Parts: sequence; structure tokens; C-alpha cells
Amino acid sequence: MRIIGQDDIPASEITPREVYLKRRQFMAGIAALAVSPAFAAAAPPVRGARLAGVKPGRFSTREAQTPYESVTTYNNFYEFGTGKFDPAENAHTLKTRPWTVSVEGEIKRPRLYDIDELLKLAPLEERVYRLRCVEGWSMVIPWVGFPLAELIRRVEPSGNARFVEFHTLHDPAQMPFQRSSVLDWPYVEGLRIDEANHPLTLLAVGLYGEVLPRQNGAPVRLVVPWKYGFKSAKSIVKIRFVEKPPLTAWMRAAPNEYGFFSNVNPKVDHPRWSQAKERRIGEFFKRDTLMFNGYADQVAHLYRGLDLRKFF
Amino acid sequence: MPLTARLTPRQIIWSKALLWAICLAPLLRLVVLGLNGGLGANPIEFITRSTGTWTLVGLLATLAVTPLRNLSGLNWLIRFRRLLGLFAFFYACLHFTTYLWLDQFFDPSSIARDIIKRPFITVGFAAFILLIPLAATSRQHMMKKLGRNWQRLHRLVYVIAGLGIVHYWWLVKKDISQPLLYACVLAVLLVMRLPRLQHSLLARARDAAPRSCKPGCRE
Repeated sequence: MRIIGQDDIPASEITPREVYLKRRQFMAGIAALAVSPAFAAAAPPVRGARLAGVKPGRFSTREAQTPYESVTTYNNFYEFGTGKFDPAENAHTLKTRPWTVSVEGEIKRPRLYDIDELLKLAPLEERVYRLRCVEGWSMVIPWVGFPLAELIRRVEPSGNARFVEFHTLHDPAQMPFQRSSVLDWPYVEGLRIDEANHPLTLLAVGLYGEVLPRQNGAPVRLVVPWKYGFKSAKSIVKIRFVEKPPLTAWMRAAPNEYGFFSNVNPKVDHPRWSQAKERRIGEFFKRDTLMFNGYADQVAHLYRGLDLRKFF
Repeated sequence: MPLTARLTPRQIIWSKALLWAICLAPLLRLVVLGLNGGLGANPIEFITRSTGTWTLVGLLATLAVTPLRNLSGLNWLIRFRRLLGLFAFFYACLHFTTYLWLDQFFDPSSIARDIIKRPFITVGFAAFILLIPLAATSRQHMMKKLGRNWQRLHRLVYVIAGLGIVHYWWLVKKDISQPLLYACVLAVLLVMRLPRLQHSLLARARDAAPRSCKPGCRE
């Protein structure tokens, strides 16, 4: 069938096909730029399942809590990348079931705990703690968990157990950034046994009453609120009781910058930046950093007589 | 549009408009993200990092103009160098203002302490201060007025780019991949300026594009 008027357009007026396609490409390019991820805010995070039977615990601060979205999208978890947004974007590859935690070393009852067994080991409590990152920012997070001391009591450490070592999972298939050599994997952290036994020290399995998101260290992590955040190892697969102080991942990476204790201390600066102040996430003005992150009443006695400049 | 030795005035205007748009895109992005709450949990850090990054990119782009011109024989490339350099300075100003205002809130004692005590702030601050005379003498008449000294002065840009990368390097906690990348680009751009290499590049460019340079013209 012949369409009337089809030949009315002179050939010179017809846009050559290449030009026409190029123009389309150009328009598509502009449109793509406008909606590209570089210009778009991240989607709100998917929430975890609610944890049942959580009771309010001791030591909780009444300070304003950092919004869930900030807590779960602004993270340091180098196993998933060194950028702050990387863990929230990349941690979906982590499989949190099945999961076991090996408790071993200088103890009478070494044991391989299944994660679901560990979750029922002691009553779950909510603890609202301040978190101070060594980089100079802080949050207030309602953790869910139980004191690490509950676990320690059950495994009966021997007299040789003077330190506790925590190992994060080492599996580059699940933790893609472990293929880089930015740290010596696996991530290892450590506490003195009295620090590990302190009632503030928490084995956390959740936050905001919900199962711990992967980027925050699922399924089980440590929370030591008077120390810089990196001391609180995430996604733990091994807890080992030892006689000698563990060589932690950050001590191996930069021994002059990160010591074994790494207690929050406004008077001892990081070699490259000040620790006197911090930016609480969500606040505009910086606030003064408190000695032991505000937990001096609870923990200062642990370090009596210790030169905190030398043992930073 | 084929790459030609000469651009018509119209082409120059369009190219400059395009370059302006490209150079303003990072700022536009920050504004769009800021309005949509897309700067993340720590917006001040985001803005500081972003403006710092684009300062470095701007500096390296400025430094890439001459080697690119020598490689391609396209002399008109040089006409965009000042614009790139001034945009690098523009982002440096935003970066410095973010630090003064949003990060430190004009606390003079804290800023002074930072500049003296924190090496990474010291070098960043030095780089910024050194950029000011270059931006101030960027216009054509200053170029004429200063004569040979203009080029001497503007060689400071090599030092500034180096300081900028050191500033970034000392800031990162552990992952140096990004500052290393910038350092490599700077190294390449500097190596291409070595007299012997430059000489052979120029010769090659002349052979490749004989029409680009009439007898007696200077490259």
C-alpha cells in the first residue's frame, strides 16, 4: 500500500540515519546522566528480621540515637571495600547461615558453636552505646546482644588465658575485597582477658531490635564501646584464648599508628590527626571527645598505672 | 567533526561551552545530591572529599594539555588550558572553604593548630596558597606583562600538583590505591615534559600533521 504524502519530503530534508542515531544517542546520554547513580541518592536499606525477647540492658545512654539509615550505610568494613558506602553496597555476598564460631585455645571446654545456638546462649539485651571511630566521627547505636563474659564463663578459661583473639571470616568469595592486600587477612583483633570480661563488652547480634545487617558485621560481632571502632571485630568465626598479646590486623598494618589498646583518648592524637574532637553523625558542630569515650567511670580502673601515651 | 588543526571561532565557543558544562558537573552533582539527601551519613566529609578530588583532577587535566598538544599537533588545545586551571582553583577554593566553614567552623586556634601540626593539612594548605598567584596571573595581559617570568611562575603548578597528591596520600588510613593512581598520572605527565622526549614527540607531531604548522610558526 502506498501512503499518501510519503514522497512530499525532499531528500535533502531527511536527516541522514547516522546523524539521527547520533542525536538519539546524545539525548539518551543526557537522560542517562541525569538519572545516573552518580547523581542519585542511595535507596533506603532493607530492614532485618525483628529479634524476639530483647530486654533493656545496663549502661545505655539516653543520647539521641543515630538514624538506622546512617548506621547501616556509613561503615568501615574493609572486607567489602575501603569506601564508607562500599559495605552497604557489597556485603550482600556474605552468607550468614550456616555459620559457626569456634571457641578454642587456653580453655577447659573448647567448642564449635552454631550461630543459632550462640544466639540462645544468654538473654538478649539492648545496649545503647556511643561508638567512636578512630577517623574522628561517632554514632549512638542501640545494639542487641549479651555480655561476652557470659560466653567466657561457660568455656572456663585456664590460668594461661591472658588475652582473647577474635578472627573475622576469611573467604574472598564472600568478602570480595579480601582479594586486595590492603590488610593482612583475616582481620584479627584482641582484648586483654579483663577487658573481654568487662560487663560493657558485648557480643552483638543485632541493632535497632533487628538482626544485625551484614555491613555491620553479621551474624555476630564484638562491641567494645570505650575503644576505637576498629577494635570491635565483625563477622566473627573464631574466638581464641591465648597467653601472649595477639598481633592485630591494624598493628601489623601500621604499628606506629595503632596500638594494642586503642582506647578512645582525646589527649593522645593519631600521628596524622587530632583525636580531641569528633563529629557525631547527623550533627553540624564537632563535639569534644571524652576520655574512654565517656565510659571512664566503668573502665578507667583497668588501666591504673599504665602510661596511656606509651600504651595507646 | 574531524580533529582539525584550526578551529573556527564558532567551534571554539561551542567547545568552551561544553568544557564549562563538564567542569561544572561535579558541583551540580553535589547540589543535586545535597537537595535529595544523597550525600550520605557524613555530608561534610563527602563534600570535602569530592571537591578535593576534583581539584586534583582539574590540576592533572591542566597539566595534560601541553603533552596532548605535542602528541596530536592540535595547537588549539592550549586555548582551554587556562579554563581548566581556573576550574582546578575553583574546586580548591570550595575544598578550602568546606574545611574552614563546615569542618572547622572558622575556629582560628583549631585551624592554626591543624596547619602547623598535621602534615597533610600543612601540605594541602601550602598547595592552596601557591595556587593563588597562578590564578591571579592567569589573564592574557598578565602573561604579557610578566613576560618570561610568567612561565617561571607558572612552573609552580608542578609543585602544587605534587603537594596535592601528598596531601591525599597522607590523609588516607590505609588504602593508597587512589592517591597512587593520581601520582602515576602526574608522573606520566611530567615524564612527557622531559626535553628529549618532548623533542621527539614534537617531531612526530610535525610529521603526522604537516598542515598544523606553517613555516616559521612556533610550537
